[in-house]
Amino acid sequence: MTDLTRLSLADARKGLVAKSFTATELTSAYLSAIERANPSLNAYVAVTPDKALDMAKASDAKLAQGQGGALEGIPLGIKDLFGTKGVHTQAASHILDGFKPEYESTVTSNLWRDGAVMLGKLNMDEFAMGSSNETSYYGPVISPFRAEGSNASLVPGGSSGGSAAAVSAWLCAGATATDTGGSIRQPAAFTGTVGIKPTYGRCSRWGVVAFASSLDQAGPIARTVEDAAIMMTSMSGFDPKDSTSVDLAVPDFAAAVERGVKGLTIGVPREYRMDGMPAEIEKLWAQGLEWLKAEGATVKDISLPHTKYALPAYYIVAPAEASSNLARYDGVKYGLRVSGKDITDMYELTRAAGFGREVKRRIMIGTYVLSAGYFDAYYVKAQKVRTLIKKDFEDAFNAGVDAILTPATPSAAFGVGDEALAADPVAMYLNDIFTVTVNMAGLPGIAVPAGKDAKGLPLGLQLIGKPFDEETLFAAGRVIEKAAGGGFEPKSWW
Amino acid sequence: MSVDAATVKRIGRLARIRIEENEVEAYQSELNAILGFVEQLGEVNVDGVEAMTSVTPMTLRRRDDVVSDGGYPEKIVSNAPLTEDNFFMVPKVIE
Repeated sequence: MTDLTRLSLADARKGLVAKSFTATELTSAYLSAIERANPSLNAYVAVTPDKALDMAKASDAKLAQGQGGALEGIPLGIKDLFGTKGVHTQAASHILDGFKPEYESTVTSNLWRDGAVMLGKLNMDEFAMGSSNETSYYGPVISPFRAEGSNASLVPGGSSGGSAAAVSAWLCAGATATDTGGSIRQPAAFTGTVGIKPTYGRCSRWGVVAFASSLDQAGPIARTVEDAAIMMTSMSGFDPKDSTSVDLAVPDFAAAVERGVKGLTIGVPREYRMDGMPAEIEKLWAQGLEWLKAEGATVKDISLPHTKYALPAYYIVAPAEASSNLARYDGVKYGLRVSGKDITDMYELTRAAGFGREVKRRIMIGTYVLSAGYFDAYYVKAQKVRTLIKKDFEDAFNAGVDAILTPATPSAAFGVGDEALAADPVAMYLNDIFTVTVNMAGLPGIAVPAGKDAKGLPLGLQLIGKPFDEETLFAAGRVIEKAAGGGFEPKSWW
Repeated sequence: MSVDAATVKRIGRLARIRIEENEVEAYQSELNAILGFVEQLGEVNVDGVEAMTSVTPMTLRRRDDVVSDGGYPEKIVSNAPLTEDNFFMVPKVIE
């Protein structure tokens, strides 16, 4: 029998409906693959084989009767940030030691409602703070990709590094992920996978561990544009339990995938042409525009003048919100407690021991910019700059642009334990330079594999859309996927 | 603006994170690197610009002021490190 784990989510779904194989067989194939690969890749922090096989059995019963939802019997990996009832949920942090929620996040509830099967929880940067998946309490995720002629370990990107690595290494048919400044799109670009951050408000944040609430959005990472669209349809939807969830009908995103780009206007922002941009990234970008033009799109130069201020504004807004959100980890209600001589001592010792270095750094920055005397100079100023960033995009869309094409990342994946990046926190933050604007403006953005660098590592392009127009992103993303011609699978070494 | 060692300790206190004496210098240099990076926002003219409060054009929904959830204290405390009779237990706060 062919290796079932190699099927796309869409093909696995067809095979299940046609009864070519069962959900139990498919799930068992993934569980075996995880058992083999996880000691090398460290993509899963918890595997739930019993639960997976129970869910698969229930799916098989439905499929046998010709019933079942849109994801019936499809095995998925879930980022450790999503609350899953009775199952390991720690945001890859020591401070949530042993936490097993009494509730299920809305996004994962939607997936189970549609018949999906949970394989386990995926590794990530602690509290989704990082761009390399090296800040996890559970150790770094190792990318399934290696540079040609090298055995050195590369990062899968972050913060959804476990999701990206598991999808590209065939350890799940698709994965949930979250994106606050690029945490879906950057790891997708590093691992030759497709990742979409939908418009803010499209997916409920209820039951997802909060990082920066005005920026956080859930989305899928998958092996094809079509697979991402199928998952997105299931994950989206209005939820009264999230006050920022938008009450808007969810389209069948998969129906938009083959719509093409004929007649669309694609914007090319001149401010994304950074000084010192590697020639291969510039070439990839130009190639992407040619592909879209060949399918009938018009290309238009645009200006987004406040682009360079998005990252500095983000490093005020996101830590400020994080310092507030993470105040709840106090050693009282859940997770780790380190005893002290009084209650303040207990708080301080618990948080010092429970949070990793990057998380503490961001809480400290957030506390500082929100403290008396600095609030206006930092936080209010950053929120004003954010208004200007959003207006830049609105001006472009009002001038007739349907979507914007940019590189997804400034480079391909880098090495695990990169010393230059470890020494300078700002250098690591620059990874998100092309993606962070999208979160600041609440827009949808998709990363699609489009080419490779000189060492054979995947590179991605990003498409940015109008609010709630994810459909255009799937259609244009599919054009790039088709033109790039595939071949973004890692060579198995694990 | 840059932070000195005393400010690092004060922020740690406000954030309820114990900063050991031998950690102060590293935090100070990291925080100053980040604050130096965000300094460039000073170039942006924001006169007459409104600070963003909602990224999507929406007003927060309201619901009826009624009890809509609850009644399961044992679930609320089920993950707590120390509990008694469905109460969270903490070190003595009032003498």
